[in-house]
Amino acid sequence: MNIIDVNNLKKSYDDGIDTIALNKVSFSVRKGEFLAIMGPSGSGKSTLLHLLGLLDTPTGGRYTFNGKNVSTYTSDELADLRNREIGFVFQMFNLLPRTSVLENVKLPLYYSKVSENEWEERARKAVISVGLEHRMYHQPSELSGGEKQRVAIARALVTDPEVIFADEPTGNLDSKSGKNVMAIIQHLNEEHGKTIVLITHETSTAEHAERIIRLMDGEIESDTKVKKRLTASDEFVK
Amino acid sequence: MTWKHSIKTALTGLTTNRSRSFLTILGIVIGITAIMMVVSIGAGAQELILGQVQGLGTNTIIVTPGREPTGPSDSAQMFSDSLKDKDIRELMKLTNVPDLKVLMPLVAGADSASYKSEVYQVSIFGGTELLADIFDAKIAEGDFFALDDVSSRADVAVIGAKVVEHLFIDGENPIGQKIKLKNRNLKIVGVLEKGGGGSLFNFDEAVVVPYTTANNYMLGIKYYHHFIIQAKTDNQVQSTAEDVRRTLRESHGITDSSKDDFYVQTQEDLANRLGTITSALTWFLVAVASIALFVGGVGIMNIMLVAVTERTREIGLRKALGATDRDILTQFLLEAVMLTAIGGIIGIILGASLALIAAIVLSKGLGVNWTFVFPWDGAILGLSVSALIGLIFGGYPARQASKKSPIEALRYE
Repeated sequence: MNIIDVNNLKKSYDDGIDTIALNKVSFSVRKGEFLAIMGPSGSGKSTLLHLLGLLDTPTGGRYTFNGKNVSTYTSDELADLRNREIGFVFQMFNLLPRTSVLENVKLPLYYSKVSENEWEERARKAVISVGLEHRMYHQPSELSGGEKQRVAIARALVTDPEVIFADEPTGNLDSKSGKNVMAIIQHLNEEHGKTIVLITHETSTAEHAERIIRLMDGEIESDTKVKKRLTASDEFVK
Repeated sequence: MTWKHSIKTALTGLTTNRSRSFLTILGIVIGITAIMMVVSIGAGAQELILGQVQGLGTNTIIVTPGREPTGPSDSAQMFSDSLKDKDIRELMKLTNVPDLKVLMPLVAGADSASYKSEVYQVSIFGGTELLADIFDAKIAEGDFFALDDVSSRADVAVIGAKVVEHLFIDGENPIGQKIKLKNRNLKIVGVLEKGGGGSLFNFDEAVVVPYTTANNYMLGIKYYHHFIIQAKTDNQVQSTAEDVRRTLRESHGITDSSKDDFYVQTQEDLANRLGTITSALTWFLVAVASIALFVGGVGIMNIMLVAVTERTREIGLRKALGATDRDILTQFLLEAVMLTAIGGIIGIILGASLALIAAIVLSKGLGVNWTFVFPWDGAILGLSVSALIGLIFGGYPARQASKKSPIEALRYE
């Protein structure tokens, strides 16, 4: 079963001149698949991630997310869907400053229908699952880059979503922290069956996925299976 | 998002920028403080004035010659000699004013009184033996003069506390002594208590004599400055006032009430009028103080707009994680409302404290019986106005925040 179905997806901006960011993009993602989207900057990969992550709406084509035709959804319905079924991991971490790790991880629950007495436990479990139980009450400013990104992953997990969209999650990290983060992401995919859509411009990162879609000038250049898949946990010794 | 967490989130937003939050609400604090002070002091002044009027007794009616002044240019009408002996006779007839209990003619003047080598400028009041009762003035020493003194035009006087202080500097007992006033030697029969007469009239500097003595020997006039009338009961005040008007019109041969050469005021009229004046003044000052509130509101809007821009990424993140436009709107609106409400509460406490200090200073310094009034209306008004300012001036920035697109916001550097 597919969790993502895009057909002829198009996104253009009209600021004086008509700029086409994405054109004729069609592909599907299976539930539980690990997909990497690659491309140089300006190729439209961030635009695609925003559309797939329901943060933006396409100007053409059809997008079916988890069996739902989301083009008819209101912004409130999209917000609800993002909250329940999607987790985001950003390059810039985007943690709330002066707020503890635990509170940061709880943030999506504020906007969810999850009953409040589950919040604490869920957030703790998520923090533990990324190996930061000793940092529970620390503030983001006291954490290393790799730890910050692990907090962001815990935050993405706390609502138990179907898909995790990761936008250059290792882009701001040194290689060791980057591998650690990739190991966690791979673990989520393999052990917990989460669908992962990873955006990156590094081949070495993309090759942790099962499949790579390469974008060029807003169109799909290639869509290939990864032959020699990397396993982050082999390279990273815990 | 539940209210509990909205409030928690808003509080976190406010406490992360404590000094800025404080400076932002300063305008609101000053505005509310000013309003609280004005309303509280206004209420104190009103109580003071009404208390003095009420000293006259609620069944009191005052008749004054001349037309009721309608404006400053009309003041000449106040000095008129229309109240005469004939009017007293007419008013005293039971057929004319059936519920009249007391009628006292009152005349007033001023001159220097002397005793031995001491001289003091005094006010002269001419009334009857009932004057002390009517004006609630208490006798400290001796007695008030009697009805006999009034009918015999006796040269007797009751004097106020300050007159004693200034004329009898040796501490001599004034009772039985004679002071000189308007070329008459007045024998002092009584001394009034200090601050005697809790009413509009202050007798501390007064020499009170029988009106007959005053009119015939001292002032040389054949009319009266006021008639002080009391009805038998409070319920009969209005009907008695009407009877007085009708009788005086007949006595003066007036058919058109707009041509009245006298005017009749009940104690209630007086209280209402003074009450209206003080409230008008109070609310005028409140309006002035409100300008500070408005300026404070603009400050709130300014800072909230800055906060929205500063926190663009946070807004984007929250939206990506599932916050609806409404959640974001509520968050920023709550921040603004909490900010102004806190400002309002501080202002209320500060304003009430300053009003309390003012009340203490006024009652000690001026020696008046000034009571502190906590202005509940001012407090409720202040709190609701400050919350409203938060809603109005926080509304625009909050709306801006809620309308941000999540990707624009996440991309913002």
